[in-house]
Amino acid sequence: MLLKAKNIVKQYGDFYALNNANVAVPKNSIYGLLGPNGAGKTSLMRIINQITAPDSGEIIFDNEKLQRNHIKDIGYLPEERGLYKKMNVMEQCLYLAQLKDMSYNKAKDRLMFWFDKLNIKNLFNKKVEELSKGMAQKIQFITAIIHEPKLLIFDEPFSGFDPINASVIKNEILELHKNGTTIIFSTHRMESVEEICTHIGLINNSKTILEGKIDDIKTTFYDNSYEIVCEDHEKLKSTFSYKSKKHEKNKHIVSINKDIDYKKFMQDIISKNKIVSFQKKNPTIEGIFIKAVQNG
Amino acid sequence: MDKIWLIIKREYLIRIRKKSFIVMTLLGPLLMLLVMFLPIYLTNQTQTERTIAISEQDFDLFSKLENTDYINFVVIPNSIFSDLKIKFDNELYYALLEKKEDEIILSSSKQVSLSVSNEIKSQIEKKVEQEKLIKLGIDISLLENAKTNVIISNQIISKDGTGQKSKTELSMAIGFISGLLIYIFIFMYGTMVMRSIIEEKTNRIVEVIISSVKPFKLMMGKIIGVSLIGLTQFILWICLTSLLFFVSQAYFVNITEVESTQEIEMQSMILEGLMYLNNINLVEILLAFLFYFLGGYLMYGSLFAAVGSAVDAEADSQQFILPVTVPLILSFILIQPIMENPDSSLAFWMSIFPLTSPIIMMVRIPFGVSDWELLVSILVLVGSFILSTKIAAKIYRTGILMYGKKINYKELWKWLRYKG
Repeated sequence: MLLKAKNIVKQYGDFYALNNANVAVPKNSIYGLLGPNGAGKTSLMRIINQITAPDSGEIIFDNEKLQRNHIKDIGYLPEERGLYKKMNVMEQCLYLAQLKDMSYNKAKDRLMFWFDKLNIKNLFNKKVEELSKGMAQKIQFITAIIHEPKLLIFDEPFSGFDPINASVIKNEILELHKNGTTIIFSTHRMESVEEICTHIGLINNSKTILEGKIDDIKTTFYDNSYEIVCEDHEKLKSTFSYKSKKHEKNKHIVSINKDIDYKKFMQDIISKNKIVSFQKKNPTIEGIFIKAVQNG
Repeated sequence: MDKIWLIIKREYLIRIRKKSFIVMTLLGPLLMLLVMFLPIYLTNQTQTERTIAISEQDFDLFSKLENTDYINFVVIPNSIFSDLKIKFDNELYYALLEKKEDEIILSSSKQVSLSVSNEIKSQIEKKVEQEKLIKLGIDISLLENAKTNVIISNQIISKDGTGQKSKTELSMAIGFISGLLIYIFIFMYGTMVMRSIIEEKTNRIVEVIISSVKPFKLMMGKIIGVSLIGLTQFILWICLTSLLFFVSQAYFVNITEVESTQEIEMQSMILEGLMYLNNINLVEILLAFLFYFLGGYLMYGSLFAAVGSAVDAEADSQQFILPVTVPLILSFILIQPIMENPDSSLAFWMSIFPLTSPIIMMVRIPFGVSDWELLVSILVLVGSFILSTKIAAKIYRTGILMYGKKINYKELWKWLRYKG
């Protein structure tokens, strides 16, 4: 585990932002930190970044208790983010990199590299107020990753990007992951969680209610559902002894009992109907999210 | 390099390159110069010779007037006088003087200068008084002899028993100027700190920065960076002003050549002042000024920082700014009464109370303050700015992450009790 948060409690007056939250982020994972608005995700991310301290509980980072010198090992792109509007882009990036303990020269080298990579070299000498929102977002992305941290924390990294630039950023995140960086990633866009996360943790009402590998969670939440698409909807209905969970046009989603043999079920349907497709229906993260939040 | 230095460096460099800083730095000395030389220039203006015409029929009036350095009185025929009254020629005469029953009328094509009409008034009054005295049979020479002029020279008895001459006017000037400077400095740079914090908050860059440095360091770096800007500006002001002063003084002396009596008087006054300046402990005043200047700014700066962190826009800051600035404005208003009575108990307590001491103590010091009072005041101020930065830091670290919420005093009180 690269990061372990144990029994984190953070209280603001009478309000519990986090109440015994537990999170374990494995090394080199892309960890999706999910939860409804106000669940405590940002509070947890701020605690990991040592912006605020927890009232109780502890954070273990890379087998050590989290402390000030870990700041250079963590990169953070907050949801509420911005830049100094009147400051020159290059100067600003150098300043932020130096605040992360990078030397001036190294910061300059890495900035050259990243500005080149994201194709924004022409922005070096501009002031931030002259940039479009998307450009400014790219620069914020660079300042978050410039010091090559072990752990990167992204809070809604794609907000403010058009689809093309969002995919540029997504690919960069995947590449960072490939090169060994661990990533904590918070978003409300479930399809991007599905696409890039290896692990998820779900926070609701200040507590962690679900955590683990995405595949494992999907298996746990698998409710023996199958998706059947047939040519003749009416015929299927008449020959069908299984209860359809929902159907639209010729597409049926059927959930069967665990003790029913899957092969027999398949043969049963195929023999009586003209089937276009038949497949196992995995639960979506969105479905899991809604179910877990409603139950917990 | 400690990160606080990075922050101080940024805050300093970003401001020193600003156009407004450069403009203010250049404009300050020019304004100072204007204040210093405008009176001299204006008195020089009045030195031009002026001729005032009186008609024959008012010869009685003419006989009461004597020519001065810059006013000449001439008598002209009645007909010319009445012609001039219709069509005034300001090439020839500055004004016309006549007597109508009990009234004396001074007429001209433009507003007659106050110094001219005052001169005429006092000359006539003196003459009429003398005439009345003579009528009453009083010897004027006796009266002249009876006039006395008392000069009071103030002395302060210092501890080693030597009497030192003191000059109240000079003490007042030094006290007033240093109090005023501290007041301006705290206000200008305190609000600068506040604005910069509001900017960081509305820009949303603050969360990125405090993921790298502790909020306390960010706040202190900002306060210190801005104070260095203030010091730089003041040092530049002093250098530029003295430079300009000497250059323009040489220039002024050259063009006027013949120094008027007033100018000589002024110069001797300055010389005299410089002499007394030696008797006042200049080093003590300078050190005290630096201390109260920085101490007062650090304390108010942290309070302004706390206010900045609690609001989303400058417009919302009013309710919190008011209690911070009231003691500041109050001490500014009380400078005058305290100068008149620098040892009153009001003056004493206000020079101990940390929110008013930076200004009030500076006003009192040139008049002489006992060592223990100074020490108590310094200790209280040091203690207070440590306390105020601590309180401000607590409000600051919660406030900067609080967006879009209307904050009241109850809320601030809650923030003070949150754990780090």
